[in-house]
Amino acid sequence: MPDMIDLARQFIHALPHSVLLGMEPQKMVAGEAVISMPYNSALVGDPKTGVIHGGAVSSLMDTCCGAAVMSHPDNKGGTATIDLRIDYMRPATPGQTITAHATCYHFSRSVAFVRAVATDEDGAHPVATATGAFTVEAKR
Amino acid sequence: MSRRPQPESVQVVKQRRDAALTALVEAVPYIRFLGIRFERRGDELTGVLPFRRELIGNPLLPALHGGVTAAFLEVTAVITLNWSYIWDDLESGKLDLEGTVPEDLPSLPKTVGITVDYLRTGLPRDAYARARITRAGRRYASVQVEGWQDNHARLYAQATGHFLMPPQRDQDA
Repeated sequence: MPDMIDLARQFIHALPHSVLLGMEPQKMVAGEAVISMPYNSALVGDPKTGVIHGGAVSSLMDTCCGAAVMSHPDNKGGTATIDLRIDYMRPATPGQTITAHATCYHFSRSVAFVRAVATDEDGAHPVATATGAFTVEAKR
Repeated sequence: MSRRPQPESVQVVKQRRDAALTALVEAVPYIRFLGIRFERRGDELTGVLPFRRELIGNPLLPALHGGVTAAFLEVTAVITLNWSYIWDDLESGKLDLEGTVPEDLPSLPKTVGITVDYLRTGLPRDAYARARITRAGRRYASVQVEGWQDNHARLYAQATGHFLMPPQRDQDA
């Protein structure tokens, strides 16, 4: 059986924008994915505080939710985002890695439903949450 | 004999507005990172995201990364909100942002939440976005954003976001 982390790395490293953001997969198996994104001053959204821009967190959430769908045992092909809602609870602490944890909680014939939480090094208080719907490729 | 003061020359007005917009946009590292710029007609802003290989999410299609699209729409919403928030002070001459260091710029609105609908695949070419402020309250504001590529009538993405506005600037500042 191939190493799950190797498969996850292959998935992430095939996505140019995820590579650009420095995303590292920690887990990608059975409809669940964990991906981290190290702090990078180029991603700052507010120059006064040094807090990472919400858009970079959105990219992490979208990648992680997509990875969860891809890893679902019923998934036979690729996937694309239909919609994604992100709520920001608090600013991520500057200098800390942000980690997203996504779960594909329902997988129908045409749509996969996913939710995700992003935290920094304070795992008890989420930075952001996401819910999304993703396409499922028709079986041939 | 009192005569109405002459209106400012168009060059002076344009210079002040463009300098302010440049100061707002260039202060944000992440906007530079994505390569987003803004075009202005009067107070109307259009975000422009020139295509680069690094913006791709799906290399097989190829298609723009969904996160890039979400970020582009959020950036357009925040800049448009901030722009409308400073517009009156900018026009009255109370605020002049030319050459202002990022630390001294007006505080940015904070995103409470944003929902992005992906209507079509993001093609490997330039994208455009325009935001409409549907509610501008003292504390909260709501914004709708549309994103398109070749054809404005065929949006490739749309978003609705809610934002927390910064505390009112000191009126005497």
